[in-house]
Amino acid sequence: MKLNERSVAHYATCESPPDKTGFLFKKGERNTAYHRRWFILKGNMLFYFEERESKEPIGVIVLEGCTVELCESAEEFAFAIKFDCARARIYKMASESQVGMESWVKALSRASFDYMRLVVRELEQQLEELQEGAWGVQGKAKSSRKQQHQHQSRPKSTVSTGGALAASSSSQPQVPPATSTSSQPEDAQPQTGLAKENGVAWSKPSALTNGLPETPGVVWEADGSARGDSFRPPPVPPRRRGGEGSAQGSLESPVSPETVCFSKLHDWYGKEVAELRIEWLQGQ
Amino acid sequence: MRFNEKELVSLSRQPSERAAELGMRGPKKGDVVKKRLVKLIVNFLFYFRTDEEEPVGALLLEQCRVEREDDLAFSIAFLDEAERKYLFECDTQEQCLDWIDSIIKASYEFMRKNLIFYRTEIHRLTGKDPLEQYGISDETRFQVNTGLPPLPAPPT
Repeated sequence: MKLNERSVAHYATCESPPDKTGFLFKKGERNTAYHRRWFILKGNMLFYFEERESKEPIGVIVLEGCTVELCESAEEFAFAIKFDCARARIYKMASESQVGMESWVKALSRASFDYMRLVVRELEQQLEELQEGAWGVQGKAKSSRKQQHQHQSRPKSTVSTGGALAASSSSQPQVPPATSTSSQPEDAQPQTGLAKENGVAWSKPSALTNGLPETPGVVWEADGSARGDSFRPPPVPPRRRGGEGSAQGSLESPVSPETVCFSKLHDWYGKEVAELRIEWLQGQ
Repeated sequence: MRFNEKELVSLSRQPSERAAELGMRGPKKGDVVKKRLVKLIVNFLFYFRTDEEEPVGALLLEQCRVEREDDLAFSIAFLDEAERKYLFECDTQEQCLDWIDSIIKASYEFMRKNLIFYRTEIHRLTGKDPLEQYGISDETRFQVNTGLPPLPAPPT
């Protein structure tokens, strides 16, 4: 099977900081002696080099679907990376110390993409809950809208492990850089306007509006940076104070429980989002 | 460079984030468009000849750039060889956009940035580091290193 090996190797040594580095002994495949190698863990990829100064890795172990266990071995401080597929290889490794072994086992067992995704989702949900809480009654309106959101043209969860992104969060208001290629156009759907109520509308300036690019050849960096510029998230708007911007009666305001008229709320939020967006675009 | 091919092939059989038959053209001069079953799983893009069990190949989607090429096509290029592009042809504009979006979100590094953002934001809103309760706040991979100010030390 082919692999974009050169680029994979480049990932190992490019400037993004590794998650862990160090010497480990690795048991050879054919030659069953343990060889001391320099290891670099980045994301879900464990690279190994002949020596610390080597420019190119000898090899890489993709750490998806594996378990890391301590193992019985004549070798001290030994552990193993095991995969759950037919005739899978067991990578036997050994550290130079107890501390080293424990540290590597911990780091490797949390290195998978799936694990990272889990943690991200957890935090994403926490943040959403926090923001719903902050907006009080609007939370209810928002969650009922979420159910109606199933019709969104870009369902994110397909046949995947755990369903990647639930449909309701596909507009991803808080997701930073370069992600709004498919987020629903803010103007077209009220729910989206409400979901972005914190003004964290991360659309890229030249980006897709109404789901279509303004020009072909819009460049998206998959590492999350935009066009090579370092991306800074826009400032989150200040918390609303009661009565701010409400021209209507004293009891009605964006956060007042009296504001039961959804279309009014929507207008308020829509304006605020639009203003913030302009402000942010101009600041770029 | 050696890699654990068996395990990667096994990964290619897992449920995918997105899968479709697309036209695919390699980056070399003279490469032509071929029909391939393309599957996005974690941060890999696998491509198969239709009805074959084992993928023809895999692309690790880190340090890459995804670009819209025209109405129905997008390309993937890797930052170390930016002129070499893999081209993908879709059936509809929407499909094309969906793929671009999914691929951008498929990198580990992208997720890491999200995580750091959420962590910082939650900390800002609550004064608490959300990773503490899981006992993973010291993990290197979750550290803020994007130029944003580091999180203050947790209150004692």
